[in-house]
Amino acid sequence: MLLPFFEWCEGTMIGAGIRDSVWLFPVIESLHLLAFAMIGGVVLLVDFRLFGLGLTREPVAEVGRAVQPWLLASLSVMVVTGVLLFLSEAVKCYSSNPFWVKIAALFLAILFTFTVRRKVVTADEARVGPFWSKLVALISLVLWGTVAWAGRWIGFSA
Amino acid sequence: MSLRWVAEWLGTTAGSIALHESVYGYPLLESVHVWGLALFVGMIAIIDLRLTGAVLRQVPVSEVTRRLLPLAIGAFSVMVCSGLLLFYAIPVRTYHSVWFRGKLILLALSGLNGWVFHVNVWRRVADWDRDPIPPRAARAAGVLSLLLWTSIIFSGRLIAYNWFDCDLQPQPGFINWAAGCVIESD
Repeated sequence: MLLPFFEWCEGTMIGAGIRDSVWLFPVIESLHLLAFAMIGGVVLLVDFRLFGLGLTREPVAEVGRAVQPWLLASLSVMVVTGVLLFLSEAVKCYSSNPFWVKIAALFLAILFTFTVRRKVVTADEARVGPFWSKLVALISLVLWGTVAWAGRWIGFSA
Repeated sequence: MSLRWVAEWLGTTAGSIALHESVYGYPLLESVHVWGLALFVGMIAIIDLRLTGAVLRQVPVSEVTRRLLPLAIGAFSVMVCSGLLLFYAIPVRTYHSVWFRGKLILLALSGLNGWVFHVNVWRRVADWDRDPIPPRAARAAGVLSLLLWTSIIFSGRLIAYNWFDCDLQPQPGFINWAAGCVIESD
């Protein structure tokens, strides 16, 4: 059902342009990886803090607020470069299991990060309690970890 | 005995062949390398950004490094181990890769940058620990580190591409020299 849409994506000028270039795909891929390192850093910083690791002298809300702009900026770069990579090989993605795992995990990760996790990060620590803080951090790590892992495996799927 | 000989010998070992041909082992190793990247470069980037005064300005610099460097060092060991195994899986081609060679040089430069920072401006950290924006030398070290790690990510990712492989001749003389290609004349 979605296949015609994926075929259309692959046929777009942008998709074809990236495919025709020798170096565009690798460069966009590297930018994607760079933004990934940044998003990984800010997600991990807050998740570690929720676990009671890293910047434990600062309140969770303080750490969360400090890195929020970097989270949004790196996520934007991730999405833009990710869409470009997708356009250049949409039909391959359609039949790639890791791609669908990644999209599902990404959807859940973004949803979770900007709802439940955001609430917990900005809430009063005493009210949330260590158990829920750690559970939220664990779910966040698993979701973003799955996005990274499945993303890498798209490259290994034929 | 040359490094090339070592790479060739590594490629003939059973472990290297098994890893190279494995359906899940090699991709899993790549995933571990990518996970480690998020933790390692992520923590380094946050330290660097604090050094440039771009983030966590109200937190003392020494507090940021003391809390985050152990995590970065732990992740670095994961990067080195998974990286060595990735090399072990494809030794000869990687040995001749200009991207891989460039990456090693950049890694050394990054270490040098850290060392220079450590023996200079870091010695007087007590004077500027709480400054929202650290002194110029510290900011410079932070910016340089960010640039170096960015280049390292690019060169690492590009190892996978064969544009400059020795078996794709003709290549410019500079590439053959940088890659250490052995050109057999007929």
